[in-house]
Amino acid sequence: MSIKVENLTKYYGEQAAVNDISFEVKTGEIVGFLGPNGAGKSTTMKMITTYLTPSNGKIFVDGIDISEDSLAVRKKIGYLPEQNPLYNDMNVVDYLVYAAELQSIDKSKINDAVKKMIKVCGLEDVRHKDIGELSKGYRQRVGLAQALIHDPDVLLLDEPTSGLDPNQIIEIRKLIKDIGKQKTLMLSTHILQEVQASCSRVIIINKGEIVADNTTEALQKQFEGQYKTKLIIKQNPKTDAANIKAELKSIKDVEGVKVSSDDDNKTWIIEITNSKGSDTREEIFKKIVSKNLELIELKQEEASLEEIFRKLTN
Amino acid sequence: MNFRNISTIYRKELKSFFYSPVAYIIMVVFLIITGWFFTSNLFVMGLVSMRGVFDVIPFILLFFIPAITMRSFSEEKKSGTIELLLTKPVTDMEIVVGKFISNVVLTALTILPTVVYVVSLSFLGRLDFGAIITAYIGVILMCSIYISIGLFASSLTENQVVAFIISFLMIFALFMLNKVLMFMPTFLVTILEYISSDYHFLSISRGVLDTRTLIYYFSGILIFLLLTKTSLEKRKWS
Repeated sequence: MSIKVENLTKYYGEQAAVNDISFEVKTGEIVGFLGPNGAGKSTTMKMITTYLTPSNGKIFVDGIDISEDSLAVRKKIGYLPEQNPLYNDMNVVDYLVYAAELQSIDKSKINDAVKKMIKVCGLEDVRHKDIGELSKGYRQRVGLAQALIHDPDVLLLDEPTSGLDPNQIIEIRKLIKDIGKQKTLMLSTHILQEVQASCSRVIIINKGEIVADNTTEALQKQFEGQYKTKLIIKQNPKTDAANIKAELKSIKDVEGVKVSSDDDNKTWIIEITNSKGSDTREEIFKKIVSKNLELIELKQEEASLEEIFRKLTN
Repeated sequence: MNFRNISTIYRKELKSFFYSPVAYIIMVVFLIITGWFFTSNLFVMGLVSMRGVFDVIPFILLFFIPAITMRSFSEEKKSGTIELLLTKPVTDMEIVVGKFISNVVLTALTILPTVVYVVSLSFLGRLDFGAIITAYIGVILMCSIYISIGLFASSLTENQVVAFIISFLMIFALFMLNKVLMFMPTFLVTILEYISSDYHFLSISRGVLDTRTLIYYFSGILIFLLLTKTSLEKRKWS
């Protein structure tokens, strides 16, 4: 089961929400669809689920053109929309039965399917409660349960953890990871840890265009070796920020220096960017000591996904 | 069209009417008003006739139908559940027809208790059962065409109040057409008369049920159901 998107474009009036994007999600992959708010993630997902029709381009799910047999495609897809809309006045079991019937599951198998979902998604305690009474975490589980009830091969989750508290986020992530083992899974988010925690591949989208499409590791590698050194020095009346900046800049392989003062003017916080692949910690230390300054902290950071994301989408 | 899907939607919709108190309130109000006209006809005027009840029903329907249909699509649009529904392997027309049937059944359930009036009258005097049955058919047909209009109005907006007002105005216009004929140019009179819902209802309640009337109701229902479907599909192109 794969998803293939070719030259997909969607206009809202004059504005292109999604502009000529192409990508492929292979069977069994867990792909993170990452982008700032309003980048076109949801619009793309809505087109894959056949809720919206593309202005241009084609989408294939498991080789089927969604514009030709949209019902067949919908049977293969489990979808959790953004905001997780649910019928608040139905109880959990009734709702799951309804979802199962809409997926044309065999009448004799509906009970088993519902029971299984209640177990997998951990809904035993709330099975007879109205959905409107549930906490956000449980609502999200119900949303996942309805998306999974027909055991779809393709799962599309639009911001599955938004609005949850940290504990619920961890639970839902774990659930997604368990479920995602046998499925082709695409999950959209604007939170980076989400991708790092669950996805093997990441597609970064910005202003309707794909800016990066690679495995999580490869993306990190692309920017790897670019270190940032952070140091904190006690302020000293004998010297000033500009002076220190100049001194540090004179070190070989240092590309940029940013000096700022902390709130009560006791320390300087300095950020140093190095040229690729170089480590300047030793020289920095020697320099600081030679100037008779007191070093409080010195640490080196590798470019994180977060920085890559910011670089790509700014 | 897949009948299983229609029946799934129909059952869910009918149940969900009874999750909220609105359905009960509307039913009670309906029965109070028709009951008032029944008793005043019987005890004040001493008539053994369903006339009073059938005369007032078209007026009640003007408010009654918009009130039950207004939430059909608006609520799903507002809460976003429409997105879930429309991405399930169900066609838009199956959804529309399922919701239509559930509304028709709810109105039929509301009207059903008025059969008690007929039964009690039958002890008091001779009734023309043929005419009464035809009149009931007429009421159901009138409800059905109004419901299809109400569904269309509900599919246009996510605001239930707006849906109520739109469907009330449309139904009111359809109802009033044969009452403003004297102000219309002569060449339009027959057309407007044919479009008017009350004109057909009057002829049915007189006991006349001809194909002209049936074609009117069924084509009207079909047109508005198709319009509703088109309005749902609009999301794809906007």
